[in-house]
Amino acid sequence: MKIIKQTGLIIFLIGLSIFIGTIFTGSFRLEQAELDSFIKEKQYKSTVINDELSKAVVTSEDLNIFQFSSRVIKAYENSNTHYNGLIAKYDAEKNWAKKGEQYQYKIFGKPHSLSFTLAKKAGNRLASDNTGLMWFLTFGLGIIGALLFIVPDVVLLGNAGIKNDGIFLNAATNRGWIGWFAFIFLVTFYILLYFYPDFIVNWVYLVDPISESISGNPASQWFLYGFLYCTVMSVMAVRMYIKYRHNKYQILRTTSVLFFQIVFAFLIPEILVRFEKPWYDFKNAFPLDYDFFFKWNLDELLASGGFGLFILVWGVILTIIIVPVMVYFFGKRWYCSWVCGCGGLAETLGDPYRQLSSKTLLSWRVERIVIHTVLIFVLVMTGFALYTFFSGANEVIGIKTQTIQDIYGFLIGAIFAGVIGTGFYPIFGNRVWCRFGCPLAAYLGFIQRFKSRFRITTNGGQCISCGNCSTYCEQGIDVRAYAQKGENIVRSSCVGCGVCSAVCPRGVLKLENGPEKGRINPTEILLGNDVNLMDLINEK
Amino acid sequence: MEHVVIIGNGISGVTAARHIRKLSDKRITIISSETKYFFSRTALMYVYMGHMKFEHTQPYEPWFWKKNRIVLKKGLISKINTSNKEVIFDNNETLAYDKLIIATGSKPNKFGWKGQDLEGVMGMYHKQDLEKLEKFAPDNKTCKRAVIVGGGLIGIELAEMLHSRNIPVTFLVRDKSFWNGVLPAQESEMLNKEILANHIDLRLGVNLKEIKADENGHVKSIIIEETGEEIQCNVVGLTAGVSPNIDFIKESEIEIERGVKVNRFLETNIKNIYAIGDCAQQHNAINQRPPIEAVWYTGRMMGETVAQTICDNKTAYKPGHWFNSAKFMDIEYQTYGWVWAETKENEARFYWEHQSGKKCIHINYDKKTHQFIGINTFGIRMRHHFFDKVLTEKRSVEYVLEHLADANFDPEFYKLHEPEIIAQFNKENNSTIQLKKKSWIRIFSKS
Repeated sequence: MKIIKQTGLIIFLIGLSIFIGTIFTGSFRLEQAELDSFIKEKQYKSTVINDELSKAVVTSEDLNIFQFSSRVIKAYENSNTHYNGLIAKYDAEKNWAKKGEQYQYKIFGKPHSLSFTLAKKAGNRLASDNTGLMWFLTFGLGIIGALLFIVPDVVLLGNAGIKNDGIFLNAATNRGWIGWFAFIFLVTFYILLYFYPDFIVNWVYLVDPISESISGNPASQWFLYGFLYCTVMSVMAVRMYIKYRHNKYQILRTTSVLFFQIVFAFLIPEILVRFEKPWYDFKNAFPLDYDFFFKWNLDELLASGGFGLFILVWGVILTIIIVPVMVYFFGKRWYCSWVCGCGGLAETLGDPYRQLSSKTLLSWRVERIVIHTVLIFVLVMTGFALYTFFSGANEVIGIKTQTIQDIYGFLIGAIFAGVIGTGFYPIFGNRVWCRFGCPLAAYLGFIQRFKSRFRITTNGGQCISCGNCSTYCEQGIDVRAYAQKGENIVRSSCVGCGVCSAVCPRGVLKLENGPEKGRINPTEILLGNDVNLMDLINEK
Repeated sequence: MEHVVIIGNGISGVTAARHIRKLSDKRITIISSETKYFFSRTALMYVYMGHMKFEHTQPYEPWFWKKNRIVLKKGLISKINTSNKEVIFDNNETLAYDKLIIATGSKPNKFGWKGQDLEGVMGMYHKQDLEKLEKFAPDNKTCKRAVIVGGGLIGIELAEMLHSRNIPVTFLVRDKSFWNGVLPAQESEMLNKEILANHIDLRLGVNLKEIKADENGHVKSIIIEETGEEIQCNVVGLTAGVSPNIDFIKESEIEIERGVKVNRFLETNIKNIYAIGDCAQQHNAINQRPPIEAVWYTGRMMGETVAQTICDNKTAYKPGHWFNSAKFMDIEYQTYGWVWAETKENEARFYWEHQSGKKCIHINYDKKTHQFIGINTFGIRMRHHFFDKVLTEKRSVEYVLEHLADANFDPEFYKLHEPEIIAQFNKENNSTIQLKKKSWIRIFSKS
């Protein structure tokens, strides 16, 4: 069994190496005809861009993606510099009409995204021409290797039950060198995905056929991400099933979160696109879906007829009715641990890292400030977005709505949710985003804390303060602090993953949706001691 | 300001300190020679097993003590001078007290075995034992085999620990079946099977004769008394129970027997000196409890109680209904009320075991009145509050079974065995008990 496991690891690492290596393969160049059709499609008014791009990438040279990207970006810069020059010139001449005219020739958009679009057309030898084989050597080996590594645990972990043996002795799960490598890999991946998509265009080629079979379109980097996300979750869900096979709550929860990721977050939106409907994830509630009320989204939905209108109404109902009502009955766990995609990744890929989340009072203080700031930020931004949508103005009190949206998209949407949120798993635990950043979690948390039937019940005086619950709480709640006082855990941040209950060696913790009355139960003296302090106080 | 000195920073001493701080402004000093900060002793095993780091076993962050003005002092007390009201450290330093709480806990028993002080022989009780274990049994190359002497909770925990690092273990148990001085035969047998299923070489009904040394004074092998068999090993764990850690008190005026003798107010024979936790011994046993209770919860309860007394609210130690819990490998155990190993004259028992052989319940009730006396549950979690209430209200076994759904504390979606349990009871007793649906109103109503 150990040999199978080690073989699996080797196969996985080979797959991963080829996957990483794929970035550096292939050559990129455009035919003039391809470039012409691209420029036509884009409706660029610049006359300079054609020449510049032609010089840069219509070539017989074997360009790798980095050379290609830098040439394309240079070409765009040259074009824009040209018109900036003209603007400055006409400005000096005070020729306002001419100056104004020049602006239409400027090309906007993120340079690496423009480069990605071109690179996608520019052909490639290895990844694009042998997609099937390359898919097998990367994704295929990765999946096979990972499964070979994971499945022997059925035997190696011994009888069903909590087996956290050696977690803090292992370099992968104890912030050891493997953990730091995983951290660097994940952070790099997210930086490439969000900011340098053109560098990973070879990866996107690998999933083109899959994308075409679902939506009919070639893949974008976001399709690649979605596919990778589902793959990683599925493989790591197998690990969850094995590790927690004695625990039905964990099995069902993992299945649910996997189902919602694959069907709702991945397949349905892509299929909608095939039917020329807007790409929409029906389970993604505002404010996690922070761009729901952005002008472009509202415009698109309103332009899509009855179906778009349905999505609009559904989005609003989901946020203001379904989410709070469900939280009232089941706690925020119904979303965070059973439905949400971010939660889904945290619970599968992130499970090996859950014990790394900080439980100090300081981190709790930071958490409350940061997460509520994000919530306020998103609400203010949405207010701006809606105001400008209805008023037609593009700014409120002198601040451009677009600027706020850009700042949020960059700081929260990309850096926090992506780079930090997932990249930091191996260092800060698996729910960094959910805990510190997610505005929806903050919103759900308010309801859970003040108006819900959910709590984690502690079992009388049975706690021995061993600390397993706190150690394995991914949200950094010091569960033990409550359990040893016999107090129910009623906290905004609890996502109801149920692992505290699973790891408790004394059967002290249980997730319950009981009556609201008696949910908050501060106790002075624990069950078992016949001193009743409340009586004592009353007697005084 | 009155100075309360507490010797020992275990659960008893720390609970006392915390409650004294809640109730008063007194000066508090806790003395320990083991560790600077309070940690959960019961969790030491998880540190070796790699489930947690040692820091995780500390319930309070370091700032807690300063914030609550509880002074932590590291040092070993060698004497208590009751006439001068001071404690004397082994370096002859002294510390004066106004009130003294002895909460020194216990130490592993050694029965004078030959070789019991060799290198590689250890208990599993102190942080220092854990450090020794890490030194002598870091893996199965350094430690080819370990022998554990003595059944009971610490023994099986040590076996589980070593097993987690794939170190072969031979487990010598004096009884005919594991822990059957405490558990009825059925539960004990279930645990025998669980131990064997984890590939632990369980030897029942045997005693240790001697521990043999190699030329370096390190343990080399042990000899079994009954068979004369020699077992090669690198580590010997002595886990044959614990006794109060009170040697340093022997020369003082404080009355001791096996433990420090205390009355119901946890007072010793000397005014202003109290003893709590594992090291305290009641003059007369409380109800059916033993006079010395080496249990986490009772230590905590005594800490709560003594704090009241010290803060001028003289309170007797009045433990409620007995309860306890443990985990044996993968099987969780809880008990509420009393289920003795042997059935007493007036008692009737009902035993149900799941076909998996890993879950069972054992209910003890009065033969004539059918009053519920206690329950052992293995592999099924039960609600403490429920049983506390039925015991206080002196409910019948029928009532308990009818309301078993209220008692269940297993995680959601777990398979419920109540119908099966009740069907078996009805069959065995010709009764017609019907299971009632779980009711939140009953669960939360106060007794």
